[in-house]
Amino acid sequence: MTLGPLLIGIYVFVLAGFVGFEMITKVPPTLHTPLMSGANAISGITVVGAIAAATTGAPTVANILGALAIVTATINVVGGFLVTDRMLRMFGKKKKPKALKPGAEGVAAQSREAVSK
Amino acid sequence: MNQEIMRSTVVPIIYLLSTILFIFGIKQLARVKTARRGNTLAAVGMLFAIIGSLLELGLVDYRWIAGGMLVGTIIGAAFAIRVQMTSMPEMVALFNGFGGIASALVATSVYWDVVVQRAPAGTVYEALGTDEAITVMLSILIGGITFTGSLIALFKLQGKLKKGQPILLPARHYITFGLLFASFAFGGLAVAAGASDSVVWVLALAAVSLILGVLLTIPIGGADMPVVVSLLNSYSGVAASMAGFVIGNPLLIIAGAMVGAAGLILTQIMCVAMNRSLLNVLVGGFGVTDGGSGGGGSDEYTSVTSCGPEEAAMILENAESVIIIPGYGLAVAQAQHAVRELADMLKARGTKVTYGIHPVAGRMPGHMNVLLAEADVPYEELLEMDVINPEFKNTDVVIILGANDVVNPIASKDPTSPIAGMPILNAHEARSVFVVKRSLSPGYAGIKNELFEYDNTMMIFGDAKKVLQGLIGEVKDL
Repeated sequence: MTLGPLLIGIYVFVLAGFVGFEMITKVPPTLHTPLMSGANAISGITVVGAIAAATTGAPTVANILGALAIVTATINVVGGFLVTDRMLRMFGKKKKPKALKPGAEGVAAQSREAVSK
Repeated sequence: MNQEIMRSTVVPIIYLLSTILFIFGIKQLARVKTARRGNTLAAVGMLFAIIGSLLELGLVDYRWIAGGMLVGTIIGAAFAIRVQMTSMPEMVALFNGFGGIASALVATSVYWDVVVQRAPAGTVYEALGTDEAITVMLSILIGGITFTGSLIALFKLQGKLKKGQPILLPARHYITFGLLFASFAFGGLAVAAGASDSVVWVLALAAVSLILGVLLTIPIGGADMPVVVSLLNSYSGVAASMAGFVIGNPLLIIAGAMVGAAGLILTQIMCVAMNRSLLNVLVGGFGVTDGGSGGGGSDEYTSVTSCGPEEAAMILENAESVIIIPGYGLAVAQAQHAVRELADMLKARGTKVTYGIHPVAGRMPGHMNVLLAEADVPYEELLEMDVINPEFKNTDVVIILGANDVVNPIASKDPTSPIAGMPILNAHEARSVFVVKRSLSPGYAGIKNELFEYDNTMMIFGDAKKVLQGLIGEVKDL
């Protein structure tokens, strides 16, 4: 038996799908949003395809489409990982001793006020 | 190093490393303690993937690639750093949309390069090979649906488009199936057509996929958007996988398939939390009764008691235990810091304060946890529904902040109600219940909340943050 590239691809696709199913079993609700956001960043892997699609400097249609794909995929990747990290940083925060930095707290509160207005 | 060895050995090993990092990354993202490390691992995996793809190319004109990545990084980082914690769900939806359109663009670019630019004389399937031609069309279809679907989800989360209410077109199921059929037809015609004729079909396919994304999302209510975003996330994984078939790269196939499957499971977990089937969510129209009455009783409120912060503070003064139930109203009012301040003052007076978190409170699972964590509320004080429900009987005061459907007792009483069977927080069992809300307007399910009429319930009308500030002032004066 010899497998052509398409069949190998399908094998890989199906098996990787099972890996994906198995990885996510019990997830605490707290992590639903960050997990979704992190997985979303990984789906930006299409950036690899985009890079392969914009390889000449000539302004052809294919190149312009490829460059657009790079921009959008990179937004997905960079934004996705950063936003996930921001969310998770909130959970990991150490309970800081409250009296330690009253000045900093005040400033932070003020800037929050400014933002919310 | 020899470019041949690079392509045949080094690059595949880098891609394999990247795959392993993604697997460990997703695995760790699903555990509270390791989640942040998991995200970092996945990001490193992505970095490896990008380095690998650049090495694979060898020496080419990098200007477009570098420019595109620079622009994308700046835009992505600017969004990610500036977005408020309350708008996270919208952000995830937006990024997801970009991922989807990227896959569609990659496929279109390959098609244009290989077929239109290089083999204008032959047919599409001759130029690309039948397999690749089909995956190009699937990439465009799924990527397009993901893009517009995510944008509609974003608008709904922002409360635009009829304030997030379902939009039900007449005969929408027929239209949707018709368009789906048309998309397969256009894709098939494009595969079989000659290079120059195929452009029309590919454009038609792209247009139909964009319309389908809109039509599939508009009938779904704003409260179900988390499930939809999760499902669209799964689609964007599949779209990336299809793009992997197009360019013949197993890394894309694997990563895309894993995200697709993981997204599907996560979607399922969320549906279970709402006691709804996925089909029920996708068919849409939740909360809009298509005719006939949903749930007995009138929608008018008859006996609602309301009070001001002073009275509430007096009751809080004597409370030994308080449970706070946050909802989307808390996020809208940006009241997470105010609520912690009130909780701290109560705790200083010896009152026991905990938070009851419904699995679908807010616009996204875990939404409330993220918000309260931002305000430094200790993680241990946030209790999940199953843990907190037995506690309500022995609780003096429950403060409900901008939550509605998740505390509606009708869910367990009236089997004809649109939210029948949805697990709720049993707030009504507490001795006193304060509902902080801007008005008596219904929640996403579009039904009246009979809790508001209970004898032990008092409404405090107003913006959550302002009410909390009033309460803080009153408690201070006690």
